[in-house]
Amino acid sequence: MYPLQLTINGKAHETNVDPRVSLLDLLRENLGLTGSKKGCDHGQCGACTVIVNGRRINSCLSLAVSHDGDEVTTIEGMASDDGLSPLQAAFVRHDAFQCGYCTPGQICSATALLEELERGEPSVVTKERVELADEEIRERMSGNLCRCGAYNNIIDAILEVAEARA
Amino acid sequence: MSEHPKGLIGQPLDRVEGPLKVTGQATYAADWRGDEPHLIGFIVESPAAKGTITALDTKEAEAAPGVELVLTHLNTPKQIPFGERNDDGNFAQSHAMMRTDHVRYVGYPVALVVARTLEEARHAASLVRFEIKADGDAIFDPVANEKLAEKPDALDGAEEVDTDTGDFDAAWAGASHTVEAEFHTSGQHAAAMEPHATVAEWDGDRLTVHMAIQILSDARKGFANTFDIDPESVRIVSPYIGGGFGSKLGIHNEAILAALAAKVTGQPVRVNQHRRNVFSNGPHRSRHRQRLKVGADDHGNIVAIHHDSLAAMSRDYPFAEAPASPTRGSYATKAMHTQHRVVEADIPKVDAMRAPGEAIGTLTFEAIIDELAHECGVDPVEFRLRNEPEKDPNSGKPFSDRKMRRCLLEGAERFGWNGPASRREGDWLIGHGMAAAIRPNMMMKAEAAMELAPDGRLVVRLDMTDIGTGTYTILTQIAAEAMGIAPDKVTVELGDTDFPETCGSGGSFGAGSTGTAVLDAAENLKADLLSRAAKADRDWKGVNSKALRITDDMLSLDERSLPISALDDGKAISAKGSASPGKAHENMAQYSYGAQFAEVAVDAVTGEIRLRRLTGVFDAGRILNEKTARSQLMGGMVFGIGAALMEESLMDDRYGAFMNRDLAEYHIPVNRDVPRLDIHMIEGFDANSNPLGSKGIGELGICGAGPAIANAIFAATGVRVRKFPIHMEDLMEKLPPR
Repeated sequence: MYPLQLTINGKAHETNVDPRVSLLDLLRENLGLTGSKKGCDHGQCGACTVIVNGRRINSCLSLAVSHDGDEVTTIEGMASDDGLSPLQAAFVRHDAFQCGYCTPGQICSATALLEELERGEPSVVTKERVELADEEIRERMSGNLCRCGAYNNIIDAILEVAEARA
Repeated sequence: MSEHPKGLIGQPLDRVEGPLKVTGQATYAADWRGDEPHLIGFIVESPAAKGTITALDTKEAEAAPGVELVLTHLNTPKQIPFGERNDDGNFAQSHAMMRTDHVRYVGYPVALVVARTLEEARHAASLVRFEIKADGDAIFDPVANEKLAEKPDALDGAEEVDTDTGDFDAAWAGASHTVEAEFHTSGQHAAAMEPHATVAEWDGDRLTVHMAIQILSDARKGFANTFDIDPESVRIVSPYIGGGFGSKLGIHNEAILAALAAKVTGQPVRVNQHRRNVFSNGPHRSRHRQRLKVGADDHGNIVAIHHDSLAAMSRDYPFAEAPASPTRGSYATKAMHTQHRVVEADIPKVDAMRAPGEAIGTLTFEAIIDELAHECGVDPVEFRLRNEPEKDPNSGKPFSDRKMRRCLLEGAERFGWNGPASRREGDWLIGHGMAAAIRPNMMMKAEAAMELAPDGRLVVRLDMTDIGTGTYTILTQIAAEAMGIAPDKVTVELGDTDFPETCGSGGSFGAGSTGTAVLDAAENLKADLLSRAAKADRDWKGVNSKALRITDDMLSLDERSLPISALDDGKAISAKGSASPGKAHENMAQYSYGAQFAEVAVDAVTGEIRLRRLTGVFDAGRILNEKTARSQLMGGMVFGIGAALMEESLMDDRYGAFMNRDLAEYHIPVNRDVPRLDIHMIEGFDANSNPLGSKGIGELGICGAGPAIANAIFAATGVRVRKFPIHMEDLMEKLPPR
């Protein structure tokens, strides 16, 4: 067992972990944060997406012990005392999910995506500069699978929030 | 929320459970924790098909840190043999696991290693040593083994296995234009984002399971028949399900294994199938070979239709899909012959996947109808309009409500259809295609209970499930409108066998069937409230319940009002309701309808296929929630895109092993594969379907989407591909010269 200190949703955690435990299983099994979902455990579906030090990652592909000192934000950390985050509210309004299983990952992914857009980071479809358009969002959200097929609505939800921030 | 509960049905209410889902608070099966810590089970799979375990050594695994049990056929508790007691169908039959040393198929569990943590269980699973002697006579490929084909005893969702109307041979011989083709559709996996998961716990002979399941009542019988216990002593809890698409209609391997291990250890055991497990320890759609022959006369009127299908049936698990079922209701014809055959195979469970029958049946049939229209020189939309039947071509029954004509015409209008047009943009070949959509409309038995508390809160309970379909929301709307109460005062509780029994989610029958039961419960509750009100206050005698309102803790009707607490000494008042299919489901041909129009671009050099536009116009009767209904159709259309262009479960036919057992290799549409989908719902009310006037919608969107894409590919390239999915390599050699 290895000692591990990290901050999750603003709260400091000190724990001892089996070195084989993934960040996802640390959240779900050791800390009871079951909002992050396991869809494939192989980094293929994005259901486990969380934000580590401001970047979105697949938490199933990352060992917990490699996150000593890191700041992690999960779906449980998105809402505030004022209520749902703008993206969470937009997901509900636009029906950007059906079964809801991929949703925590979609929202974590989209939350980090908004920051990427603000920083002007290009994607493979970016021409001269990053533009708020379907194709840009579509490309950046293609690592998050949704079997219910809510993709169009996911784009609508993200674009609405992105445009409000721009 | 709405202060005008009348007219609430149909409104685009946000999903009532939405806030729980976007905050990660909705508890799916694998999220359930309970009071006691769970042991974790990890499946050890057989790498060989149909054989016998000849050596088994679990000592090293048992000695590994944290291991509490290595469950094998040597120490499983008593079970009824797999496949027995199947009078209630395949979901309710015994699903026994590891009962003997017999291995049924590749991926079949040889052991379940149970430990304190996932890491311990996973590691110890690698220490289980075993040998399997293959029987050597296993069957995998239905087409290569066609000589073993049999007529199945029953066909999923259809009345007859085979049909024969008119004189096909004469009609075929007399046809002026004919097309004949053999199609192959690949195996498919539902690939719900949530892998199957179960937490099982025993208290004496009572079994409680938290699991992901679409139909609780059948699953309950399945556990009871497997463990030889009373169904009443099985409780199943399934409030949130991470997608089903048919794969969670019945119970699967992890559920039985968890229950077995919980029995032996005396502790709650959780088994999550990992993604690779899902491809063999859950169900799949069989590959099919479909042969079609269609003929028309000089005027472009269809005169002959033949549609037959050959698929695999998993041994001892009776399920046969019906690709020719939609064909039977599609077009007027002089003669029609349909036939379904299966080959029993030593492969994982073959079972229903979203729109069983139609998903792959319209895929092939609507593609060959496009070919026939082309042969006749008639526009595909006009061809379909010309062949619209007056009555059901197979059964001769009248249609209850058929808006196919409107779907075709409005779809053409919205899409800007001007024939199967093609053009070239640089290296991109652009084509337009279309197809009709049809899906049988069903109604099943359901019950519901309602309870009105003195403070004016209404709770609705039934063992129905919400698999992403919007059930929580539409049942809230139905209850609120029927009771004259604001929707935020209504709580719908689902997914618990302690609640009244329903048909669950499947076959697009859930909303209509359970919604009707809720409506009936509301009528009974209102009648009871009014009779109590009349006893409490004579002003309430003989009033009409339609104008009844419940606001806060008061019952009101026009100028009358009474506190709810006065009706039964401050106690809650409850009522039950039920629904069952009426005569109109026997006497009439009932379907949902649609028409889909696609624009594709095919790279003239590489054959890369890009879907640019997809328009769907649908007739699903009355829409219960405009927002969730649209999402259901949208999701179906995305499924159709996957079936046409991507999804393919590939089996190594030497060994019976699926080769692409993960989401990197089993391709489903991702965000960038899906263009803006244009969806239009035609307003309707089919009174023959149910008192709500709704028809099935969950599977309709998938119907027609795939063939519209295939037909657009033909328009773009001139290539007819008769296998699905269509890949670039199917086109590359055949593309027109530059």
